[in-house]
Order: sequence, then structure tokens, then C-alpha cells
Amino acid sequence: MRTGVRMLVIATVLFAFALLAFAAADGAWLARVPAQDHARTNPYQGQAEAVAAGKRIYEDHCRKCHGEDAEGTKKRPPLKSERVQQQATVGDLHWLLVNGNMKKGMPSWAKLPDPQIWQVISYVKSLGQ
Amino acid sequence: MDYITCNSVASMNKNRFALLVFILSCLLTPLLAQERPYFVTYSHEMEEPGNLEIEMFNAAGDPPKGNVFLGSNVEFEYGVKAWWTSEFYLDGQSTQNDSTIFTGLRWENRLRPLLAEHWINPVLYVEYENISGDKSLREVVGHDGVPDFLVPNGVARPDVEREIELKLILGSDYHGWNISENIIAEKNLSDDPWEFGYAWAISRPLAFAARAHDCTFCPEKFQAGVEMYGGLGDRYSFGLRNTSHYFGPTVNWTAPNGTTLSFSPQFGLNDYSIPRVFRFGISYEIEQFLDKFHRGHS
Repeated sequence: MRTGVRMLVIATVLFAFALLAFAAADGAWLARVPAQDHARTNPYQGQAEAVAAGKRIYEDHCRKCHGEDAEGTKKRPPLKSERVQQQATVGDLHWLLVNGNMKKGMPSWAKLPDPQIWQVISYVKSLGQ
Repeated sequence: MDYITCNSVASMNKNRFALLVFILSCLLTPLLAQERPYFVTYSHEMEEPGNLEIEMFNAAGDPPKGNVFLGSNVEFEYGVKAWWTSEFYLDGQSTQNDSTIFTGLRWENRLRPLLAEHWINPVLYVEYENISGDKSLREVVGHDGVPDFLVPNGVARPDVEREIELKLILGSDYHGWNISENIIAEKNLSDDPWEFGYAWAISRPLAFAARAHDCTFCPEKFQAGVEMYGGLGDRYSFGLRNTSHYFGPTVNWTAPNGTTLSFSPQFGLNDYSIPRVFRFGISYEIEQFLDKFHRGHS
């Protein structure tokens, strides 16, 4: 009986891990963004200078994984996708850059000052226009 | 820097070492590294997965009644995962009126247990070191102090220390400032007791927003702050008695090709410390290092 209970506990834990892994799949991060972060606005919205500065930051930090023109690489997703350009708000992208999606290989970029994070978001969003 | 500039530099400069540095800096991918200007303190920021950072850190000092020394580390830091960074060190030192010796190697791993950003972000650090006669001052623990720097290399070298070092790294990024604290515990694998130490540092870039155009000496390429570290005795004599402590300003600058230069004058805070230690470092990050060995990489 005791062995049966133990097996049940192990199976439950494994199932929970499987659920977590499923939740961490591509795009699932969007569901984890808190409402207040989702609603944030970009202080550099509409500023051409911010797009140009964001392009420099993108080339320094993001290009190698997400591609020269944000078209993605074999291992990393494109940033011209519908998910990034339409589904995700600038607040969602800010949350992602600050927290990363480490299980999927996306590091946290909290080491960048907040203005630079918004500048790179300005650039990424400009790719869809 | 482009290849034409590289070639012109090579034709002018006959110094082989300088030529090698220039060729490397021309061939490797330009990158704006975002390094913290710390020499002892670790921040919670991990190496980006797939990136290899090559660093050289040096500490020069003149201990009372001793000889001027220069302790150096060459470090290879690799981002295994977004939450796991592994680093390998080679250490050496040179002492005036004595000799230059290889002092050993270290292997460390840093693991970030919480996978999202919090007010305080913990990182667990485990290091194995096999060193003798080290003067690089990578950390100060136990009763480390001036007497350790007075031992001739010929005496220090055979005394090989195999140690395990554990650190709890706590880091926060707040409005562009980085605040980092390290709690250090070190155990010599012989019968020596656990030794303890600490380090903390705070820094920020001189400008938070990036400029729209390329620039070399613009403020966002500089980071400045202060750093402090010292020993806390050992298991049987915990405290500040007979321990050394250092404090000083620190600054770094990232060149357009991605090389980061760091400098810090640090000052001993008691008689058990070396009065002045000058630290300088250079680092370079190679993005997606392993991709360079894959067929068809760009």
C-alpha cells in the first residue's frame, strides 16, 4: 500500500513537471505577463531616434540569435512574427526582456537600463510597420 | 573596425602581440558588452547562453616590507544555459626581486535558481581551485592579509591549496543601478576550517539611454561605481580581527569593437590590508561561440 502511495506521489510530481514544461513552450510566456505589465506604454513611442538607437542595441545584443533582419535563426524565433508584432503589446515585450524565458534559452536583459529596453522594443515593433 | 583598417594597422605595427590583438578584434564579431565594472564582486547577471567571454584581470600592489607584485587571471566564461554559467581560470603572478610563477587553476559554476527577475535575485556559486602562491586577490576570506604577500614564491609554490568555495550572490537592478552582494565561504580540502568573506558593489552606466548614432566615448559606454570586500575570519575566529578589507571606486569602458577595459584603485582599510591595490582588466565576448565551428555559420 505504501509503495502504491509513493508511486502516486511520484506520478503526480512528474505530471506537474510535464504541465510546467508544456506551459513554458513557445508563446506561453504571454499568458504569464501580469496585467499591469501588459498595459505599460513605451515612453519612446513614435520617436525615430529611439528606433535608430534600438537598432544599434539590437545589433549588439539580439542579432546573433534572432537574425540580421529579425527573421529568426535555426534555434531562435523570428521577431517579425504575428506573436511579437500583433499579439504582444510593448508591455509584454518589456516584461519578456526583463524576466527572460530562461527555460527556452532567452536570458534576462534586466542588466540593460530601462530606456535601452524601450528603445530596442521601439525598433522591434517598427519591423512590423 | 573593417578589414582594410586591419591591414593598414598590421603593415604599420611590427609588434606581434599588438598585431594579434588587432587581428582578433577585427575578426571577432563587434559587440557592445554590458559588463559590470567589478573585480571581486559577482552580480546576478549570467553570461548569455552560447557566448564565451575571455577576460584578463590583474591586481598590482606593494605590501609593506614586501615586494611589488602583479597577480593575474585569464578567465574563460561560457553561458551554458540562460540560468547556468561556467568559468575556467588560469592564474599567475609576478613578484619583483623574486620570480614569475603559474599559480594554478579554478573552475566555477554559477546557477540561478529563480528564473524570473525579482527585487533580489540569488545565484548559487560553486568553485574548485587548485592554487599556490596566488596574489590575484580574486576574493579575500578568513585572515587573508599582508603576511600572505610576504612569503617568497619558492616557499609558497609547493604549498598547493585545494579548496572549495561557495558563494551566495545576491543582485538587484533598480532604475539602472546594479547592487550586488556576495557572501563567501571557503574550505581548504585539508583540515583547515571554513573561512568566510564578503564583497559588495554598486554601479550604473553614465547614461541610461543609447544614442542613435555610433560613438566611441559616449556616456552609455562607461559604467562607474564603488566596490568593497574583505575577510570575516574563520569558523573558530569569526569576525573582523586580523582580517583585511578594501574599498575603492571602479569604472569601465566598452570600446566600439566590444572590448571592455576596467580600472579600479582600491585602498586597504586597516593595517592588515595592502595600502593600495591597482586593478585593471580587459574582456571580450564572442557571441554564439560554438556556432563558429558549425558548418555554414554566418
